[in-house]
Amino acid sequence: MDLEALITGRWPYLFTVVLLIIGLRGMLLKSNFVKKLIGMNIFQGAIILFYVVHAYKLGATVPVFDKHLGEHADLYMNPIPHGLMLTAIVVSVATTGVALALLIVIHRRYGTLEEGLLLEKLRQDD
Amino acid sequence: MIDAHLPILVLIPLFLGAVLVPAVGMSRRSLAYPTALLSLAATLGLAWRQLVVVMDSGTIRYRVAGWEPPYGIELYVDLLSAFVVLIIAVIAMLVVVYAGSAVKREIPGQEVGFFSVMLIMLIGLNGMVLTGDLFNLYVFFEVSSLSGYALMAVGGRKAPVAAFRYLILGTVGASCYLMGVGYLYVLTGSLNMMDVASLAPQLSENPAFLISAVLMVVGLGLKMALFPMHLWLPDAYTYASSTATAIIAPVMTKVSAYVLIRMLYFVYGMERLETVIPLGSVITWLGLTGVVVGSIMAIAQKDAKRMLAYSSVAQVAYIGVGIGLGTPLALVGALLHVMNHAAMKCCLFLVTGSVFRQTGSTRLDSFNGIGRRMPLTFLGFTVAALAMVGIPPTNGFFSKWYLVLGGLQKDAWAVVIVVVFSGLLTGAYFFRLLARIYTKPTDGQVETTAIGEPPPAMVAPVLLLAAMLLLLGLFNHWVVGNIIEPALPAALTERFSQAGF
Amino acid sequence: MDQLIESWRPLYAIVVSLVAIPLIVVSGSRPNLREFWTLAAAFAKAGLVLSMLPWVLNGVQPYSRLWEITPGVELSLRVDTLGYVFALVASCLWVLTSFYSIGYVRGAKEHKQTRYFASFAFAVSSTIGIAFSGNLLTFLIFFEMLTLATYPLVIHKETAAARFAANKYLAYTLPAGMCLVFVTAWCVSKVGNVDFVPGGFLDSSLGSIAELRWVFLLAMLAVGVKAGIMPLHSWLPAAMAAPTPVSALLHAVAVVKAGVFGVLRITGFVFGPDLLRDIGVWTALAWVAGITLTVASLLAIRQDNLKRRLAYSTVGHLSYIVLGAAMLTPAAWTGSVLHLMFHATMKITLFFCAGAIYVRTHKENISDMHGIGRQMPFTMAAFAIGSLGLAGVPGVNGFVSKWNLAVGTLQADQAVFMILLLVSGVLNAAYFFPIVRVAFFEKNDEFPKFGEASPLMVVPLGITAIVSIVLGVAPNLGVHALDMARRIAAAVTGGAA
Repeated sequence: MDLEALITGRWPYLFTVVLLIIGLRGMLLKSNFVKKLIGMNIFQGAIILFYVVHAYKLGATVPVFDKHLGEHADLYMNPIPHGLMLTAIVVSVATTGVALALLIVIHRRYGTLEEGLLLEKLRQDD
Repeated sequence: MIDAHLPILVLIPLFLGAVLVPAVGMSRRSLAYPTALLSLAATLGLAWRQLVVVMDSGTIRYRVAGWEPPYGIELYVDLLSAFVVLIIAVIAMLVVVYAGSAVKREIPGQEVGFFSVMLIMLIGLNGMVLTGDLFNLYVFFEVSSLSGYALMAVGGRKAPVAAFRYLILGTVGASCYLMGVGYLYVLTGSLNMMDVASLAPQLSENPAFLISAVLMVVGLGLKMALFPMHLWLPDAYTYASSTATAIIAPVMTKVSAYVLIRMLYFVYGMERLETVIPLGSVITWLGLTGVVVGSIMAIAQKDAKRMLAYSSVAQVAYIGVGIGLGTPLALVGALLHVMNHAAMKCCLFLVTGSVFRQTGSTRLDSFNGIGRRMPLTFLGFTVAALAMVGIPPTNGFFSKWYLVLGGLQKDAWAVVIVVVFSGLLTGAYFFRLLARIYTKPTDGQVETTAIGEPPPAMVAPVLLLAAMLLLLGLFNHWVVGNIIEPALPAALTERFSQAGF
Repeated sequence: MDQLIESWRPLYAIVVSLVAIPLIVVSGSRPNLREFWTLAAAFAKAGLVLSMLPWVLNGVQPYSRLWEITPGVELSLRVDTLGYVFALVASCLWVLTSFYSIGYVRGAKEHKQTRYFASFAFAVSSTIGIAFSGNLLTFLIFFEMLTLATYPLVIHKETAAARFAANKYLAYTLPAGMCLVFVTAWCVSKVGNVDFVPGGFLDSSLGSIAELRWVFLLAMLAVGVKAGIMPLHSWLPAAMAAPTPVSALLHAVAVVKAGVFGVLRITGFVFGPDLLRDIGVWTALAWVAGITLTVASLLAIRQDNLKRRLAYSTVGHLSYIVLGAAMLTPAAWTGSVLHLMFHATMKITLFFCAGAIYVRTHKENISDMHGIGRQMPFTMAAFAIGSLGLAGVPGVNGFVSKWNLAVGTLQADQAVFMILLLVSGVLNAAYFFPIVRVAFFEKNDEFPKFGEASPLMVVPLGITAIVSIVLGVAPNLGVHALDMARRIAAAVTGGAA
């Protein structure tokens, strides 16, 4: 299987993979805690997109029963991934909230969110 | 009538408690503790009842709000999950009894938040065990993680930093899990575990199926702190308040390990995965390395909490070894260790909490000669330490015993040797500590003086746990024969029926 | 085949001293009450063990069936003749040691006496448990408990030397325990039922010769540490940092005898003579034992510290027993079992004497003991009897066991080991007799008049010395030691002595 055949028709998935990598890189390599958090958000967003892309069908409409379309299942998008992702978005917002709360406390205590500076101050605490 | 709804009823008192604690706590802070105690007592009773019912009449499959699976969410309660729920309830009950006096001293003014968040975390953990739905598990996973971050953030000065780091890694883990679920959903169109399990045999060669299995291992591995995904754990455990550590350390990683076993053996079918990719061997080797590295790191620590945290890494790795090996006896060992290690670690962390309360520090120095000041507390500690080393007839010996037998079933000599002799490394740090606790300090060490036992509510849980360690060891066969063995996947036990059971 | 009879007495015999532990701890502030519990437990235990003598002599094995502790293996207590012999020695000597201990710790004003007596009771319980274990797993459990119980006793003085000794003790015994875990797990996974059977329950179909040899090696490492087989012995002289009654009961009777008892169990009741011949390891074991008993005797000569000299002598005598077990012949096994009992009475006498001297004079080195026999005539007379016995002089019980051992080596056509036994006897004389000579026939005017130690100490050591002579003259008197030893040997080796 050559590369082109692999990619063609899978552009959205490729896009989510790129997003995942960007997010992961942000989380692991950025030294600023807020940037780490942003990376985490991108990572979660990529996964949400992954589900939604899977549910997407060309030419289909929202999964609300429509008299004109009738009971043709293939004319509606799959509602389950969308429902799931609503929950996942809620979870991700909650996570972000907790993370921001933690960052505020850290900033109050140490006056910085840069990892290098923070580590130094942590060491002074001992 | 009640019996039919038990799986959901187990969660109800926790929900009520989580709401009521802040409600009553707002007007009178001292009411938070009895409310939490009451709601856990109810959970404990229901969890016990649930186990009895499941033992009498078999697995309960409960449809939440009456929706048929695979559309609705199903709670799936077999012997194992009923048992794990009971373990969580027992540990939580003991910790809450202890927490009454401990929290007031260690994190003053935070009692209401502590009890409320702890109850939410327990909802999450119980939900992870009970649910039969993959996505529902993700939600409970995050409920427990988020409340876990909050609990860990309240404690020492450095706690928020450790909690934030854990949050980032924990979210990566949860996202990996979600990704894995996504692949499974794409392949099967279902989120119900039993449904997916019935479709899994045809999928075992599919690359997406394999990727999802690996993602699950990474996701749950991060949460259970399986080496080398343990990096968040030492800081988080060390800086959190002692009481929070005493509830998080025993149950959080163990529940994740339990879920990993569920996933690999009941949903994916490890024996089929193993024919395509060496997932089991990889987990086994990670486990073996974790046992050695965790123990060596523990030896090097100067703070008791940190030492125990690294020893947790090693102990979780034992469970990993059992999961990876996948012979029936090894799985028995892994599941037994889930229970055993929960009890031992809870006991040990509770004692460090008592020491912190009485001396203001958990550095190893503050343990000098403390055995005579707090004889009852340290009686419990000694039993737990011996269980960690694996001295028979404590329960710690028997989980390793089954792991070794499981290794012999497969002629996995590396496993047998590491599991048998790793007790030496554990012994190295525990006996050193015990000598410090019970003998006169040597030159240059200061003896801890003028302190006594903490209040009875902080001693009783420790002693109860110590008694449990002995009883669970002596009567381990009751647990294995009546709960673990009947619940193992039939395919697995048949394959090994000639060699053990 | 012996007849089995269900009875709780073996369990009671183990539990009685465990029950005493909380009582001892609770009455820690009232020494007399505390010591009463120790003595009550000791007498109850010895009584329970003695009450089973008629059964054992009539070939009836009392057993307590407890519960299944792991699939297919029960926690089982069964009193066969070999186990009974060991329990008898340990429980009877515990009575004497209890009296002696009281005299010693009060005389020497030891600290933390409550911990001392509690640990002692725990150690004795574990020892009886080892003796009565009906299968390998039960044996393992009690074996590890003994390791643990002894640790606080070794570290008791809390000096740097005691700490070092205790760490060394753990560094040797913990890995040994783990070897035993491995061996037990291997046996369980191969044969399922690990009940001890005279003649062994393993056979050569269970694995390649190399595998069986490895398992045997690990099994010997496991029990060999406690049995002081060289090169695993070095914890034993170090552990002499412990108080003398500990050295006496534990390092001459309980712990080290648990080790050689383990050697007997594993060679005779797990592997069995046939398998040991098949895989050809018995000569290797015999050589290790033979070298140990010679080298240990040579090392003993060089020690000036009395307790250390006794420790090396113990290492040597333990290897007599191992050597007898390795010969796999009826007479050698008879000699081994007899030496298990007789060495205990003789060596405990010597340790008691060393302790009595220490409490009265605070002297530990032989070179300081000139003329001490004149001050403490009873003590040193008992010492002389013990020394004669260990050197193998007829009239004391050591001769009987050595004689049987020597005959056993000839039965196995291994005359070389008989020569080693004889040489070692001479060496024994060489390191014991000078002590007696120094004590009685040399004068030291500066030596103040000390007098005998308290009767609590002198009476027990007198009793053990007299018992040694009685058993030397009439080995079958009382408990029928010789008959029991012969019966064990016949059951294991399948031939009459």
